[in-house]
Amino acid sequence: MLAYLVRRLLYALPILIGVNLITFALFFVVNTPDDMARMQLGVKRVTPEAIDKWKAERGYDKPLFINDAASGSAVLTDTIFFSKSARMFAGDFGRAEDGRDIAREITSRMGPSLAIALPTFILGLLVTVSFALLLTFFRASYLDFWGVVLCVAMMSISGLFYIIGGQFLISKIWRLVPISGYGGGLDAWKFVILPVLIGVISGVGSSTRWYRTIFLEEISRDYVRTARAKGLSELVVLFRHVLRNAMIPILTGVVVVIPLLFMGSLLTESFFGIPGLGSYTIDAINAQDFAVVRAMVFIGSLLYIVGLILTDVSYTFVDPRIRFN
Amino acid sequence: MTFLPVILWSDVLIWLLFVAAIVFGALSLRNPLWRTAWQRVGRSRAGMASATVLLVFVGVGLLDSLHYRPRLENAAGPQTATAAPPPTATAAPPPTAYAVEVLSLLDVLLTPLRTRNEKTYSEPLATRAYAKESIESRDAAGELQQSRDYPRLRHGGAHLGADEARRDGDVGDRLLRAVSLAFLAWWAVAAATAAGVARAEACSAPAAWRRIWSNESDFAWNAVLAAVACLLLVALPLAMLAGQYHVFGTDKVGQDVFYQVLKSVRTALVIGLVTTLVTLPLAILLGILAGYFRGWVDDLIQYLYTTLSSIPGVLLIAAAVLMMQVLIDNHPQWFATAAERADLRLLALCFILGVTSWTGLCRLLRGETLKLRELEYIQAAQAFGVTDLRIIGRHIVPNLMHIVIIALVMDFSSLVLAEAVLSYVGIGVDPTMISFGTMINNARMELAREPAVWWSLSAAFVFMFTLVLAANLLADAVRDAFDPRMAGSA
Amino acid sequence: MSGAAGVSAELSAQLSEDILLEVRDLRISFASGRSLLAAVDGVDFRVAAGETLALLGESGCGKSATALGLLRLLPAAGRMPGGEVLFDGRDLLALPEAEMRGVRGGGMAMIFQEPATSLNPVLTVGHQIGEVLERHLGLAGQAARVRALELLAAVGIADAERRLGEYPFQLSGGMKQRVMIAVALAGNPRLLIADEPTTALDVTIQAQILELLRRLQRERAMGMLLITHDLGVVAQMATRVAVMYAGQIVEEAPREVFFSAARHPYTQKLFAALPDLARRGGRLETIPGQVPPLAEMPSGCRFASRCEHAWELCRQQEPQGRQVALGHRLRCHLDRLPDAPGGRLAAPAAAGEAALAPGAPLLEVQDLRVHFPIRRGILQRTVGHVRAVDGVSLELARGRTLALVGESGCGKTTVGKAILQLIAASGGSVRLLGQELGGVSGKARRPLRRRMQMIFQDPFASLNPRMAVGEIIGEGMSALRIDMHRQGRAAAIAAVLRQVGLEDAAAGRYPHEFSGGQRQRIAIARALAVQPDLVICDEPTSALDVSVQAQILNLLGTLQAELGLAYLFITHNFAVVDHLAHEVAVMYLGRIVERGSVDDVLRSPQHPYTRALLSAVPSARLDEQPEFIRLPGETPSPANPPAGCHFHPRCRHASAACRERYPETTTLSSTHTVRCHLHS
Repeated sequence: MLAYLVRRLLYALPILIGVNLITFALFFVVNTPDDMARMQLGVKRVTPEAIDKWKAERGYDKPLFINDAASGSAVLTDTIFFSKSARMFAGDFGRAEDGRDIAREITSRMGPSLAIALPTFILGLLVTVSFALLLTFFRASYLDFWGVVLCVAMMSISGLFYIIGGQFLISKIWRLVPISGYGGGLDAWKFVILPVLIGVISGVGSSTRWYRTIFLEEISRDYVRTARAKGLSELVVLFRHVLRNAMIPILTGVVVVIPLLFMGSLLTESFFGIPGLGSYTIDAINAQDFAVVRAMVFIGSLLYIVGLILTDVSYTFVDPRIRFN
Repeated sequence: MTFLPVILWSDVLIWLLFVAAIVFGALSLRNPLWRTAWQRVGRSRAGMASATVLLVFVGVGLLDSLHYRPRLENAAGPQTATAAPPPTATAAPPPTAYAVEVLSLLDVLLTPLRTRNEKTYSEPLATRAYAKESIESRDAAGELQQSRDYPRLRHGGAHLGADEARRDGDVGDRLLRAVSLAFLAWWAVAAATAAGVARAEACSAPAAWRRIWSNESDFAWNAVLAAVACLLLVALPLAMLAGQYHVFGTDKVGQDVFYQVLKSVRTALVIGLVTTLVTLPLAILLGILAGYFRGWVDDLIQYLYTTLSSIPGVLLIAAAVLMMQVLIDNHPQWFATAAERADLRLLALCFILGVTSWTGLCRLLRGETLKLRELEYIQAAQAFGVTDLRIIGRHIVPNLMHIVIIALVMDFSSLVLAEAVLSYVGIGVDPTMISFGTMINNARMELAREPAVWWSLSAAFVFMFTLVLAANLLADAVRDAFDPRMAGSA
Repeated sequence: MSGAAGVSAELSAQLSEDILLEVRDLRISFASGRSLLAAVDGVDFRVAAGETLALLGESGCGKSATALGLLRLLPAAGRMPGGEVLFDGRDLLALPEAEMRGVRGGGMAMIFQEPATSLNPVLTVGHQIGEVLERHLGLAGQAARVRALELLAAVGIADAERRLGEYPFQLSGGMKQRVMIAVALAGNPRLLIADEPTTALDVTIQAQILELLRRLQRERAMGMLLITHDLGVVAQMATRVAVMYAGQIVEEAPREVFFSAARHPYTQKLFAALPDLARRGGRLETIPGQVPPLAEMPSGCRFASRCEHAWELCRQQEPQGRQVALGHRLRCHLDRLPDAPGGRLAAPAAAGEAALAPGAPLLEVQDLRVHFPIRRGILQRTVGHVRAVDGVSLELARGRTLALVGESGCGKTTVGKAILQLIAASGGSVRLLGQELGGVSGKARRPLRRRMQMIFQDPFASLNPRMAVGEIIGEGMSALRIDMHRQGRAAAIAAVLRQVGLEDAAAGRYPHEFSGGQRQRIAIARALAVQPDLVICDEPTSALDVSVQAQILNLLGTLQAELGLAYLFITHNFAVVDHLAHEVAVMYLGRIVERGSVDDVLRSPQHPYTRALLSAVPSARLDEQPEFIRLPGETPSPANPPAGCHFHPRCRHASAACRERYPETTTLSSTHTVRCHLHS
């Protein structure tokens, strides 16, 4: 089992390198730094001097991979690839357009992101799994039918409308909580509760349907028939037998997103003005701040890979076949 | 010629897809297994009702995919640098010039909606603007007087003249006529259907009628007819009113919201359908190669899709779209018209969405191929020395197609939803292109106004919800019909 | 007459004292679309304490539905429109669900066919037994643990302490079924329903499980309802037998009567269709046609269309059950019932055994090895090999049949695939018509490809569902470039279809329109289309019902006689071997342990494994069952075979030599060889 985990860890490394290469190609090969400078400076101010100055300020004036002008190890290190891509492995993301250190910005924005994303995740999981269990218990009844209809209807509504509608109804019409903003300390719940509520509701449709499918697939297995033949009640069968086996496919989808919670949600944070990583990303996209977008791509992939490894670890808890092999 | 056809890339692709779907449908009907699967879809009432609704959307989208540039009246403008034929020596007819604006067939049909713009916001069916303005008028004495009032709309209810109070009666009158027309039209459609069923099933028309409504026919005609009834009841009143009023109001720059909503349909369809043109070849080819040949081919392809899927989709799309934007902005000479530029950006978005979304299907197909290649009929083919290419073509691909079809219909709705989010974030379609995403983005701050401007969002919501819901329901019906586990024998 | 009735009344009165279960007019239907299809149509039977009623029938006759119906465990589409199930004086069909749960596992317990899927994969053995103890006996904690240990010991699981904490995937197939039985026994049921309890198991394990069930039943005086399709299992287990056909019980009789004087034409046909030595090489009796589909049940006798004694009344009126002798009930119109085939006439001998003298070998296999690497650790290094096939040699001449026999996992299927070059061999040589097959490019192999073909086990997985039958059969012809212009190919396909007993029109239809037996015919036609000399048959009848199996065996026999085909027949079924093989090779853990003519191996087996194997095969006659040689344990993994003779840990004759080295081949006669230290 240890060898299994070590192997998964080692496998993550080439993936991370691949991600790095893809982003590098995207940011520096599709468009040259000159193109980006022209774009950033705007049509009016483009002069060769301005472009050179822009590049020099940001360290884009070096060669891409090999610096013939330098000597020693600097041949490789004094290049755009090394300074902009390879250094990300060391946690050095460089500076944003406004001159701030990206790494520091990221660490300070993780807190608010997590404050929204974590409760949304936990509450959402609880709500959807319970709802799916309920539908499974009453399968092939009217409750099940209309529950599924509700799910399909809910998953046909764009996430944007959940947020806009929620803000309009709860904050503007009923004036229950502030429409947006974020504050630390004891008052934080006022700002957190609406985004969390909306996040949970907008996920109910698709998740419930997905879990219900998993439960129904498990419930048609032979061992469930055995459990019923033992005289166990339907609830015991559902919770003791079906739920435990269904955990295996459920975990595949769930554990992998846990690390990504740090990244926050783009939509929620931008609508509610929460100073987290999601709104940071959106601002960077709107400002066309390549350095920040690049850093976020790298961190996102890193977290995803951590999620994959966590998924493997979690399997060993729920699936004895992996635990003992 | 009075117009110059403009062939946008997305037009080509969407018509190509349309033709391909028809050809594939006809071919698949020849195989009895496929035929029974399609028959199962045909029996599903929810599926057929939503298919009817989707067909209307597709019709709107296809009409909107035939583009041209109209000829200008006085053909000597300098703006005709492109597309003008080289002036001949005789120079007898002046060189024809075409407008820069690219129009579609739908635009022609909707000319009144497209051209009759107001100054700014107005409520649905309103005759006056939404905000007060200073109005200058001359009083009886000829003095210039300024007053603050809701200004009369230029086009909304213009036929009423000064008699604005007559609006409600006029609207009611039009509604009544539309509804009665809808009833007549529906009866005509229903009678034709019954006659058709009667001929197909060799029974009398009343018997066919009874069979349709008691769910006994082999095709869910009752669902189709019900859907047609709903569509007629919605479409005809809209058409009746749209000529004289802004049925869904106007937006900030005074453009008719109903027109915007209809134009958004094509964008959604292009995103939902053209993306699959990128996804499918990648997923099918790589998935089968990995599953069939295994070994290092499998390792390589698995590495490729794990790497790609480990970059969070939104971020990869953001990065790619940003880069695309830089490329487009730096090469303005590539595009003759703004429409072509927006079109390229739309296709780029489809391409990027495709690149980020093929991995899931690829993984699925790889797993299924791994299972299939161990099956005995494939081993029997190998025992005959049938070449690998032939085994893939004759044994593996046909047995994977149901997964592909299910994935295709399931992806459509999520892609339409994704477009809205991406456009909102600013990494979606070109801001000049009308789409559900840009509509929501433009209108989202308006709810905060006092009183709120709600109609833009509501219209976008209703249309998008209908489209996605219909797509989801059809996807369910298709999945139930094609999934061998649900279908019993396969 | 009155005397007999008096005796029977007396007997039934005596029986009724301990009648556990009485089923009256049970009806079970399945909802399909808007209609209900009757799967079980008016079934009556009784089970008394201490007796075993065997419910015998072919697939689809409704026997499993009956069993599930008794416990009210039918799948969601199942309905029970009528009937009574009296258990302990209560009508189970009228009980509220909560009370019914007390009956399930408590009064009546059930074991299922597939032990691999019937146990919950993520719960320990102890947990799964403990659940029943808690539910029905209220035991928990230490008391439950002690009781669970007792149960495991009772079902013959060694090292019960350790097994209690293990998960099902850590147990072998036979052990899983033992655990399943322990789970069933935990609630002290008075009636045990066993639904094909040994069908998924190897024959030696089957014998162990059947023995266990007999012992437990005796000890606990349980009633048992045994559902099976296997006449051999019935002969060993049953007190009384009820034969089901198309949802009805057509004959019910005590065991002795059943095996000596079965009266219903269907039952008689079932016996006649069994392959055995008496009809060696000859034709087996078959039942024409197939079971009518549920949707189109005929109004008269359901067997009429397939019955050679059927007359007008049979087609018009449904026969009712009637008593023909004490305890012998029959559902048949025939007034003068055909006599039971008492003295079995030996069918005409094979189409000329002498004519098939061994000629020049068609296929020569020398020291064939197929090893699969086992990869472990961080770098996935090869740490060992699964020796699936480990030095197999055999020859086969034209027109002969060599049966390769062994239990699952012995490598017999791998041998077949390696000969066909579907799996690359790790060593050894395969020569067909004197030409080496291994290590040759695909192109050079093509002329030899058409000389050998394979027929697979599963008729549902061996035909591509998306291709028409004509395309399936034509595929080999085009791949092997068998020269035939277009018209010629269609004619050739039609000819080959007729050869296997199908109509020409079948070419345009698709596999799903055919039944299992017909599909197997199509698979045979596909192989025949390229005119092979050698056909490798991988368990071609094991997925088929007895009557259909007889049809396929007859077809294979005819084809061999007409075309001079050689068969390498891979199977675990000795009755089939006995029927059609000329030579037999017995495999154990990747090696052939005994080889010889059918008479050599089946009549005077020399290897202890062969003897044990033969003794474990349940015979479908009462008088012929040899004494069962119990093999301890189960087949070890071919990844880690025991040192020395692979068989020594399970062999009661094992000596020191056996533990040290693998025995060499000993020649016993010109045809008979064995690899055993007892004979060297």
